[in-house]
Amino acid sequence: MLEINDLHAGIGDREILRGITLRVKAGEIHAVMGPNGSGKSTLAQVLAGNPSYEVTRGTVSYNGQNLLEMAPEVRAQNGVFLAFQYPVEIPGVSNAYFLRSAYNEIRKANGQEEVDPLEFLDLVEEKLKLVDMDESLLSRSVNHGFSGGEKKRNEIFQMAVLSPRLAILDETDSGLDIDALRIVAEGVNKLRSPENATIVVTHYQRLLNYIVPDYVHVLANGRIVKSGGKELALELEEKGYDWLQEAGAGAVA
Amino acid sequence: MSSGIEALVNREYAYGFVTDVETDTVPPGLNEDIIRTISAKKNEPEFMLEWRLKAYRRWLTMKEPHWGNVRYPAIDYNSLVYYSAPKSVKPLQSLDEVDPELLRTYEKLGISLNEQKMLSGVAVDAIFDSVSVGTTMRTELSKHGIIFCSFGEAVQNHPELVEKYLGTVVPHSDNFFAALNAAVFSDGSFAYVPKGVKCPMELSTYFRINSKNTGQFERTLIIADEGASVSYLEGCTAPKRDENQLHAAVVELIALDNATVKYSTVQNWYAGDAQGKGGIYNFVTKRGKAAGVNSKISWTQVETGSAITWKYPSVILQGDNSVGEFYSVAVVNRKQQADTGTKMIHIGKNTKSTIVSKGISAGEGNNSYRGLVRVLPKAENARNYTQCDSMLIGNKCGAHTFPYIEVQNNTATLEHEASTSKIGEDQIFYCKQRGVSAEHAVSMIVSGFCREVFKELPMEFAVEAQQLLGITLEGSVG
Repeated sequence: MLEINDLHAGIGDREILRGITLRVKAGEIHAVMGPNGSGKSTLAQVLAGNPSYEVTRGTVSYNGQNLLEMAPEVRAQNGVFLAFQYPVEIPGVSNAYFLRSAYNEIRKANGQEEVDPLEFLDLVEEKLKLVDMDESLLSRSVNHGFSGGEKKRNEIFQMAVLSPRLAILDETDSGLDIDALRIVAEGVNKLRSPENATIVVTHYQRLLNYIVPDYVHVLANGRIVKSGGKELALELEEKGYDWLQEAGAGAVA
Repeated sequence: MSSGIEALVNREYAYGFVTDVETDTVPPGLNEDIIRTISAKKNEPEFMLEWRLKAYRRWLTMKEPHWGNVRYPAIDYNSLVYYSAPKSVKPLQSLDEVDPELLRTYEKLGISLNEQKMLSGVAVDAIFDSVSVGTTMRTELSKHGIIFCSFGEAVQNHPELVEKYLGTVVPHSDNFFAALNAAVFSDGSFAYVPKGVKCPMELSTYFRINSKNTGQFERTLIIADEGASVSYLEGCTAPKRDENQLHAAVVELIALDNATVKYSTVQNWYAGDAQGKGGIYNFVTKRGKAAGVNSKISWTQVETGSAITWKYPSVILQGDNSVGEFYSVAVVNRKQQADTGTKMIHIGKNTKSTIVSKGISAGEGNNSYRGLVRVLPKAENARNYTQCDSMLIGNKCGAHTFPYIEVQNNTATLEHEASTSKIGEDQIFYCKQRGVSAEHAVSMIVSGFCREVFKELPMEFAVEAQQLLGITLEGSVG
């Protein structure tokens, strides 16, 4: 589904990703771990097409298409979803309106009929349960005045409604208490299917107790310095990142 | 961001066509003879002519004001045409007598006067180059004793009401443009809602400037008698022309005891082209007097058009417990300039005013909020709440705020909140990441920003305003 080859990217003159190569197949969950500043979030943003980042080298192919040539909204319409580390507030725009606009634009791009507000309401009610939120969420402004946990749950709720083929969760666990973490993780697990793939970007191992990855990759200094199975996450929990970070630095030098 | 959006900046103004009708015009220039001619053409009683001449003589002694935060070349008042009317307009018995060309114009604008006749909901007075060409729903309104007609007809048929209220809110000597208007105004709308009557439908005036080099000077007078209430809508468009056209209207609202007047405007005059050539100078004086106890005057405006907008819909809170409201969205794009806001003058006891102003600046536009809250010595327990938010789109535009507060009674409570935000690239990226296009994202974010004002608009206007906003800002993110 996703093939990343020797990806280099950064902001301005600062190179953050220094040659990432990664393959993700349908049905898989990949965890990308690493210390702060290793480039995890940059990878997520670059895959989603954030214009603040410039790709300087490498290729990304998504279902056979050149992902890097697609505008961010086209990527979304083709099933790429990013759960933001810092979900953005849009005061005055209701969650329901925002999400229905997104849902309909995606449908339109895929040659499907748009749904009206009532049909949409039926559709989302179920999904709300998934993240244990009530209907009042729909009439509130997008992320405006939400607590940190509510924002993260709202991201997963949006993901549930838009049902992406490739979901990228960027530090979805940060700032969540243990109950919220479990709810979010259960939401993600229920959405898992053989057709979809998920990339979980996280600093800590604890989320991976709930969302069990098929592969774990460790990022340091903009490169993947180690890949393994789910047991790698436990090893990291025990040893920290230092030993790998040195390896990463060495590789650059 | 994407340069493809840039192309959309040059989207055509949809209402820029010219209607070919024969007009009856006076020669350019202004003098007492022109004023006498206008008055005679309109078959006015003596008191009207006297009032016009008084205003003209006063105007001669006044200087065009320049305190606004707007820039424009000097206006040559002697090159303007002060009266232009479609030739066929005679006192009409029904819409069937209206020039079909004019009716077609209004159909093009999406305001079918014929349809308006059948459909309930809104009564429309259509003003074409300062002259009323037709008022709909009259029979229905007259059942309730409501008078809704052109100003000219009101002068003929209800001179006592006109004489009693004309100039009582905006005197002939009020300011340069108001004096000019008083001297030469050719028509406008008039509404009177009698005691205890709640007007059963929205009253609406649609203004259209067509002729070249013509100043449009219309005058609107709305009176809600004791216990009455009325909601009034105003819409405007003009053809695209390279020359600037002057629009100097006056609106006077009067609410007596326990009466309410709600006045909503969606202004979409031609704003000029991308280089700033052409467009309307919209220099308008709008004021309401909440004269009676428990009376209420509410202004809601969505200003998206005009090369220059310079207006301050104001409320004089004279009656005890009276209420004044001002809800405004002003949008500037390209090279548009707006200096707009309100004045709330608290005179009576327990008077309360609310100001919510949302300024949006895009392109090379400049937007200023200018507001005055004045509490006079006898206004015990006056309250004002002001909220003034500016949003910037891009980095060549400007937002300015000039709030003035004058309080002469220490029981007053005033609150002022202000904010300036830049439409965030992060907000747009967030929307795009969900599959939403940049244009839709901008219009969504801006609509959210304006929501407190839009919810004050009557339903059909709210939809129009939202669409208009989307069109006006199209391509401003690039």
